[in-house]
Amino acid sequence: MDAPVIDLLQLYPRDMNIYGDWGNVLVLRKRLQLRGYDVRLHEYNPGDSFPEQVDLIVGGGGQDSGQNKIQSDLLGLGGRLKELADDGVPMLAICGLYQLFGHRFTTHTGEVITGIGLLDAETVGGPTRLIGNTVLDSSEFGTVIGYENHSGLTTLGPDVQPFGTVTKGQGNNGQDGTEGARYRNVIASYLHGSLLPKNPAVADYLVRHAAERRYGTFNDVALEVPYEAAARSDAAARPR
Amino acid sequence: MRHLLATVVGKTVRVVAKLRGGGSALPGLIAEKIDPDFLPRTLGRLPHGVVVISGTNGKTTTTKMVVELLQGQGLKVFTNRTGSNFTRGVVAAVLGESNLAGKLGADIAVLELDEAHAVHFVKLVPPRYSLLLNVMRDQLDRFGEIETTAGFLRKIAEATTEAVVLNREDHRIAGLAAAVAAPEIRYFGLAPGLRQMFPSDDEMRSGAAGEIAVLPDADVVLSACDGPAATFTVNGRDIDARLKLTGVYNVYNSAAALALARTVLGEAADEAALLRSLEAVTPAFGRGESLIVNGQPLDLVLVKNPAGFRLALKSFPAAGFRTMIAINDNYADGRDMSWLWDVDFDSLAEAGVDEVSGVRANDMALRLFYEDVPVGRVDTDLTASLRRFIELGPEQPKRIYCTYTAMLALRRELGKLTEVEVVS
Repeated sequence: MDAPVIDLLQLYPRDMNIYGDWGNVLVLRKRLQLRGYDVRLHEYNPGDSFPEQVDLIVGGGGQDSGQNKIQSDLLGLGGRLKELADDGVPMLAICGLYQLFGHRFTTHTGEVITGIGLLDAETVGGPTRLIGNTVLDSSEFGTVIGYENHSGLTTLGPDVQPFGTVTKGQGNNGQDGTEGARYRNVIASYLHGSLLPKNPAVADYLVRHAAERRYGTFNDVALEVPYEAAARSDAAARPR
Repeated sequence: MRHLLATVVGKTVRVVAKLRGGGSALPGLIAEKIDPDFLPRTLGRLPHGVVVISGTNGKTTTTKMVVELLQGQGLKVFTNRTGSNFTRGVVAAVLGESNLAGKLGADIAVLELDEAHAVHFVKLVPPRYSLLLNVMRDQLDRFGEIETTAGFLRKIAEATTEAVVLNREDHRIAGLAAAVAAPEIRYFGLAPGLRQMFPSDDEMRSGAAGEIAVLPDADVVLSACDGPAATFTVNGRDIDARLKLTGVYNVYNSAAALALARTVLGEAADEAALLRSLEAVTPAFGRGESLIVNGQPLDLVLVKNPAGFRLALKSFPAAGFRTMIAINDNYADGRDMSWLWDVDFDSLAEAGVDEVSGVRANDMALRLFYEDVPVGRVDTDLTASLRRFIELGPEQPKRIYCTYTAMLALRRELGKLTEVEVVS
């Protein structure tokens, strides 16, 4: 019998790959493979045709120049992505893509970059970068560990929940203690690191929902990944 | 008078600081405070002016090469050898080598400058020549964005008065040509066949870029590279060289150094002597140094960012070697571990990694797990890890990939463990 397939789509790998977010793709793929799934990896860049079958979507952060390159393409894709999100497709949007998944990003100079409004959130450019090791407390995922590096300040609206509450670091805006956003099976966050290697609970949430949505079940094998726990505690103990 | 005072006080503080051990920038700070004009005036007197070298990767090695190339032409060269690559460090180095009248006994200054500090420096001292190597993702936790770093380098290009030497293969560097006010721009480059060895950050996940840009003619092209043998096409002529440096990125840096030296020397260049000097250059401290430990070679390869790590892995085949990776996350290394996920480690999959060490050893080991690279031991204690690495493979050549502060610690430890003989 053929192994069940999961179609994993990476959004804009060419222009939005700059902060190690490839690690998220590697981790999702491996954790699916270890549970007996075949992973079909799709890369979507501006102008590409969007695949018919998509079970899981990942997108990362970019330089400002990369963000400009993908913005108009993303606006064209917005309707499709919103449909998929409302249909329960799990997605992970990091940093730059998190900002563009919101309503808009108003830059430091007052320029307004329209987002796709998949998330009830909006971002304004801040005067300084918020940079450093970050730890969150999340009711769904426990302690989340990562590294933030952003100047945009994001405020959440009532239709989304925060991904977590910062116990170390600045989070969405350095003011209200929230970090990231949650909507349906979408997780958005400023955290790099990459995020998923050191946060297997988040990775497994995404792969579980991808499998369950497509096949109705998930082959829920507990994985023993070496060095994972130690890497988490090392990272949590490092200075900001 | 201020100048004399600044020199005397600065030199005195320098001696005191040395006696106390360390503090290489303090005398510079004090001289700067007494006489803000100290640096421009002292360096401004040099007959051949000031050369600035900057970029993300290869500054130290390239600066060392340029210095030796120019010395080989009979010039007396002042340089900031101690690795103090910011303004105060340069002031301290100038104090150390100038006489009491504040006169520097040199024909030309060749300075390696950190990108961000270079902006401050070139305002004080406009360089006559500059060499801009590359812009890579490095220490984004300090500078935030690649474009920010490119902006720093643009300031150097703008401030240079005679000639700017640019890497035509790095589109952000080549793009700085528009900012150059100096009368001359020269380029160094790669032959098409070698370009695949140098994927840029932008091409990291997409292979070579689709668009083929029209490249400007280069003064020096690295046209072939095979171990220590390299061919440079200089002004249309092929020159074969046998280098003491290994690693294709180091060899490409020698093309940059050659282009800069030719620019500075102009028609006075003695080509045969340039080639002799180039062939004699040895790697800078910790940059691909080859040591002999217990009768076996041990290479120390500094890795600072994904592009550099990828190039190093491409340059050095793993077969037959014991391999160790040491990753620290101190300020000088960069605190964010994201970069490890943008390096392909599959070239290590067959031979495996014997020791993984450093403060973030577990992050590194986790990275290798996700790429199916077998890992021997994981130990955050660098000393224990290094000892095991050497003791368990007495008959094998060894290679250690390490971040900056891990390299400093390992080198100290290697000095204790054994008679460290520097061979090249």
